Amino acid sequence: MSINATPTGADVAAEETRRPAAVPKQRGGRRKPPLSENKKAERRLGLLLCAPAALVMIAVTAYPIIYSVWLSLQRFDLRFPDQREFIGLENYVTVLTNEFWWTAFGVTMLITVVTVAVELVLGMGLAIIMHRTLIGRGLVRTSALIPYGIVTVVAAFSWRYAWTPGTGYLADLFSDGAPLTERASSLAIIMLAEIWKTTPFMALLLMAGLALVPEDLLKAASTDGATAWQKFTKVMLPVMKPAILVALLFRTLDAFRVFDNIFVLTAGGNETSSVSMLAYNNLIRGLNLGIGSTMSVLIFITVAIIAFVFVKLFGTAAPGSDDGERR
Amino acid sequence: MAVETTTRAKLRWGLLDVLVVVFALVPVLWIASLSFKTPATLTDGNFIPREWTLDNYRTIFDTDQFVRALVNSIGIALIATLIAVVLGAMAAYAISRLDFPGKKLLVGVSLLIAMFPQVSLVSPLFEIERQLKIFDTWLGLILPYITFALPLAIYTLSAFFKQIPWDLEKAAKMDGATQGQAFRRVIAPLAAPGLFTTAILVFIFCWNDFLFAISLTSTERSRTVPAALSFFTGASQFEDPTGAICAAAVVITVPIILFVLFFQRRIVSGLTSGAVKG
Amino acid sequence: MADIVLDKVSKSFPDGTVAVQDVDLEIADGEFVILVGPSGCGKSTTLNMIAGLEDISSGELRIAGQRVNDKAPRDRDIAMVFQSYALYPNMTVRENMAFPLRLAKLDKETIDRKVDEAAKVLELTSLLDRKPANLSGGQRQRVAMGRAIVRQPKAFLMDEPLSNLDAKLRVQMRTVVSRLQKQLGTTTVYVTHDQTEAMTLGDRVVIMRGGAVQQVGPPQELYDHPKNLFVAGFIGSPSMNFLHAAVQDGELHTALGKVPIGDRVRRELESADAPRELILGIRPEHFEDAELVDDDTRRRGMEFEAPVDIVESMGSDKYVYFTVEGEKASAAELEELAADAGAADFAGAGGNLVTRLSAESGVAEGQSRRVWFNLEKIHLFDPANGRNLTLHEGRAAGALAD
Repeated sequence: MSINATPTGADVAAEETRRPAAVPKQRGGRRKPPLSENKKAERRLGLLLCAPAALVMIAVTAYPIIYSVWLSLQRFDLRFPDQREFIGLENYVTVLTNEFWWTAFGVTMLITVVTVAVELVLGMGLAIIMHRTLIGRGLVRTSALIPYGIVTVVAAFSWRYAWTPGTGYLADLFSDGAPLTERASSLAIIMLAEIWKTTPFMALLLMAGLALVPEDLLKAASTDGATAWQKFTKVMLPVMKPAILVALLFRTLDAFRVFDNIFVLTAGGNETSSVSMLAYNNLIRGLNLGIGSTMSVLIFITVAIIAFVFVKLFGTAAPGSDDGERR
Repeated sequence: MAVETTTRAKLRWGLLDVLVVVFALVPVLWIASLSFKTPATLTDGNFIPREWTLDNYRTIFDTDQFVRALVNSIGIALIATLIAVVLGAMAAYAISRLDFPGKKLLVGVSLLIAMFPQVSLVSPLFEIERQLKIFDTWLGLILPYITFALPLAIYTLSAFFKQIPWDLEKAAKMDGATQGQAFRRVIAPLAAPGLFTTAILVFIFCWNDFLFAISLTSTERSRTVPAALSFFTGASQFEDPTGAICAAAVVITVPIILFVLFFQRRIVSGLTSGAVKG
Repeated sequence: MADIVLDKVSKSFPDGTVAVQDVDLEIADGEFVILVGPSGCGKSTTLNMIAGLEDISSGELRIAGQRVNDKAPRDRDIAMVFQSYALYPNMTVRENMAFPLRLAKLDKETIDRKVDEAAKVLELTSLLDRKPANLSGGQRQRVAMGRAIVRQPKAFLMDEPLSNLDAKLRVQMRTVVSRLQKQLGTTTVYVTHDQTEAMTLGDRVVIMRGGAVQQVGPPQELYDHPKNLFVAGFIGSPSMNFLHAAVQDGELHTALGKVPIGDRVRRELESADAPRELILGIRPEHFEDAELVDDDTRRRGMEFEAPVDIVESMGSDKYVYFTVEGEKASAAELEELAADAGAADFAGAGGNLVTRLSAESGVAEGQSRRVWFNLEKIHLFDPANGRNLTLHEGRAAGALAD
């Protein structure tokens, strides 16, 4: 048992110069570092293990974001590359005074607020069903996972064909026109598609919170004379509050990115574009990197503000942000 | 719940169950139904096909467009999943087990990325990838997929790793194992179910992506199925692509349905464990 | 096999908290030493430092004469049994026990032979192919022990190995551990928070508090001659009674009456910095029903009368709780002991006196009873620092000693 715990460069070197007959060397206090070999090895290993993940994440997000800010300060249209020049905040003025931007922003906000609110209610119901149902729990959970897992574009096509007059089973049932060609009904269908797709995810996050409510607490509330509704509002909701806030935060930020459903359902027609859709159109369709990047930066800032509001105002605990429990 | 109401309670829960199942399945069944319809009955608006056909499937598998996209989808998702899970596992192990500087920063950064608006990355990545000549390549999609899958992988895996009792690693060390051996022989076998679950979640994420897929590709070379769907034209330019789109949609839904059917329990535990604090 | 020496071993965390402070301890080859104390006293940290699972901030740790501060656990050749047993759930009992041997790269035959031997000693032979999940708590505990003994290490470290067992099994396993240790003669360091385990198992007991060693010695010595208030209160069940005592006119004024003091204690109290207030400590078994005491014995103690609160008949003897009036004894140590017992803010047991009387006593609840107690066995403590004033050259001699 003369092998060292962590072969460092020095050890390897020592290994080479060691004679075959040499006795197993003892590691003593040759160096006197404040941290022992163990501790240092642990820190080294920790950094080493995290480095690849951290590098990839930083390379693919941090650098592009900075680059994006740089692009947003330029006039840069790939169709007219000669006109590329630094123009300061002019792009921001252009975007922020543009009514398309504000329409898209309004649409995005509307979709975010409505879908998250509806999902919270439906998700809570679904969570309770998945958590407490007496029969067919596996079946319910499996079915609920399908909307979560399914490719958004596939679901969006399903909704599109369902609401296309002639083809769809829903179009003729609920309206006589073409619902996807009118703004209000289009938005409603987009929201329906979003809600269908993400309610299960919300429900799963809430179910995690439900599992934290001790069964004894509910029994105690029952013996104390609480009705089912009182048990829900006075016992379950307070215990679940952290889980609810995390679910809301996740879903709000996710809803704000809405793109796939709109792309397939309306392609942004009839003023149903979201900010993501608008940025995409400027960028990939319009090839205007300057304006597209400006929108990207604005979206990023909005999301940061939403996250900040959640964390600071509501005290949402970021999941996984527990302190190192090594003690 | 009182005993005498058991039957009624069961009935009530049963009804709710049915509601959930219908709610979840109808859109999926609808697109499946469309994919089996003949061109003549495609626009009859009937939920169940009057005439069944497999022509749509034959069509898509005959066209290079779809097969190529399917290969891209599978290849890109698998590679991205593999890399994200390996890197995520390393980081999650370090986060849940080791003490090192910058740990909180890493957790914070991955949380930030989890909430990041992907569209904000589209413009810089578009430009950077063009400069690096990886635009419209597998690598060009794999990189952002790994990046956005990593937070998911790290969270889920650290939740799983934290469930493995600390003492086991200590015990392994006392039994004469190095840190590496402790990981390989004690922690890894216990972490395998968690790794598997995480892989499924990450795969679903990559399989699902649409925004990057249409923004960072321009040809069939690396376009994945979700992106290719919107470029579908059917067998010829003039044919209605609806049947083909639906068939393709069903094909890429099959793996998801299989995952959900076989690994429901794992997926649920993976999604919920990562979400709850501690 | 080896001796273990802790030379001024300390552990401090980066945030400045000190978990263990200057622990000096020499554990002889083959000795069974118990580290005991309330939670947070540093006993587990000390054990982990010996194991190599925690760094030593300062001081030196020697195993078999060699400094091992910077050695990894695996290079120290010591085995550990954990409170949670830490059995590898994916391995069978046999694989669990073979794991350290496989890591040591022994050949398969040797491994099998050694595992079989250890299994036989612990009566695990029939369980070798099971997974830990299919074992009872006691069986798991034995597998954990088996994994430790199988490679014949220099020393065993045990971290509360019995505290996850139910009360009856714990008593049973106590004897198993004790017999095994004697049989193998391996140096053992055993951590527990249970003073009964400490008293019954060890050759020597180390009592710790707030990261520092309070007293080291054979169990009986700690019981009879506690160096300070903390040791006195921690060892013994039911624990020692503590009463407030005021020094006045060469006597102690207490709730039990005026207690006379002998020359030795008087001399202690004559020094300039001597406290005016003391804490009187009496163990429950040093009380007796005054009716049952013969004259010869009576002279060695004194009597008082108090109302009987509760009588618990144990069969062999009776635990009788008396209500006594008077000022409560107070000292930091006592608060800490109460907190450890979970009674810090629960005054229910506050003014009560716990006594252990003969089973023949006709004492009944509700009545007032005359009780005798032995003055030769009482202890007097300085409330400021907890020191036992009746201790002379390491021996406690009661209040009357000349």
